[in-house]
Amino acid sequence: MNRRTFLKFAFAGVITMALTLVVGWWQVDGPGKSEQTGGRPVDLSEMEFRLTDHEGEDVGPKTLIGQPTMVFFGFTYCPDVCPTTLSDISGWLDDLGEEAEEMNVVFITVDPERDTVEAMAEYVGYFHPSIRGWTGPQEEIARAAQGFRARYKRVPTEGDDYTMDHTASVFLFNAAGLFTTIIDYHEPREFAVPKIRRALAEETEGVT
Amino acid sequence: MQKTIGSLIAAMIASAVATTAVAGSEDVVVESAWARASIGVSRPGAAYMKIRNTGEEVVKLTGLRTDLAMMPEIHRTSTNAEGVSSMAPAGEIEIAPGDAVALEPGGLHVMLMRLQRAMVEGGSFFLTLDFSDGGEVVVEIPVLGIAARGPEN
Repeated sequence: MNRRTFLKFAFAGVITMALTLVVGWWQVDGPGKSEQTGGRPVDLSEMEFRLTDHEGEDVGPKTLIGQPTMVFFGFTYCPDVCPTTLSDISGWLDDLGEEAEEMNVVFITVDPERDTVEAMAEYVGYFHPSIRGWTGPQEEIARAAQGFRARYKRVPTEGDDYTMDHTASVFLFNAAGLFTTIIDYHEPREFAVPKIRRALAEETEGVT
Repeated sequence: MQKTIGSLIAAMIASAVATTAVAGSEDVVVESAWARASIGVSRPGAAYMKIRNTGEEVVKLTGLRTDLAMMPEIHRTSTNAEGVSSMAPAGEIEIAPGDAVALEPGGLHVMLMRLQRAMVEGGSFFLTLDFSDGGEVVVEIPVLGIAARGPEN
């Protein structure tokens, strides 16, 4: 290979790399970013959905504005991730003690077919008393999930049964209803509790 | 024909004896087993434990049996980069000599489908682990509260 051919190849390589980077940026961060995949939840004031809590009260995103909020999605027929998340959250709330008393903690089901108001009431009763369970019609659950950028999917299993794949992250909002941060599933408590403290601290700067 | 069957039986006995002789499952030790209480029988239950192979050979966990559930299976929860969790049967589990496999929340777990009775906090049940060498290990698993996070609470 002479010098000129080598340069040609090197140039082509550099161009390919640059193109790959541009395309990658376009898809992930740039204008080509998909609306569907993940992304930040919108602020609570921008969400629109109507659900029922486990005590039969009408609730929606506006119900939560005025206090810091923690929201997560799951379903009560979930044997592993959901009870673990609920116990993790119960543990965080115990750690925070009085600080967390004024906080909204909401578990929204992605399986309203099985998770009726009664089923939610029984289920949340086993965890921290601050945790509220929200359910409602499929369309309203879908609108809620859209607002939080949460995803879920019904997956058939053996014997006419089904399970649900779903976003297992916990979403935090400050008292003004502005999205603050996400606590990922399995995030250690030493990271989770300070994140909640920050959302709680913003309370004073938020709504007065 | 009779002779063939006879030798076949003899061969089967011989192989059974042989597998017992090289068995690895007798070196399996199960630690820290626990399960979560269930709400009634309609939802699947979950159990966790650490399975340790103290022997010199690879052991392969091929199946589970219990009178508590019609379909006990090992499942794996995985969470992708976008935070979406899903669950699927984990198939057979191989444990290398000296290694241990941890069944813990958010990863591998015993999924107890079609419960025959409720899992009540304070109770316990027996689970039989079947290994590829024909051996089995029976574990008594204590049932803790629904909000339990590990074998200690």
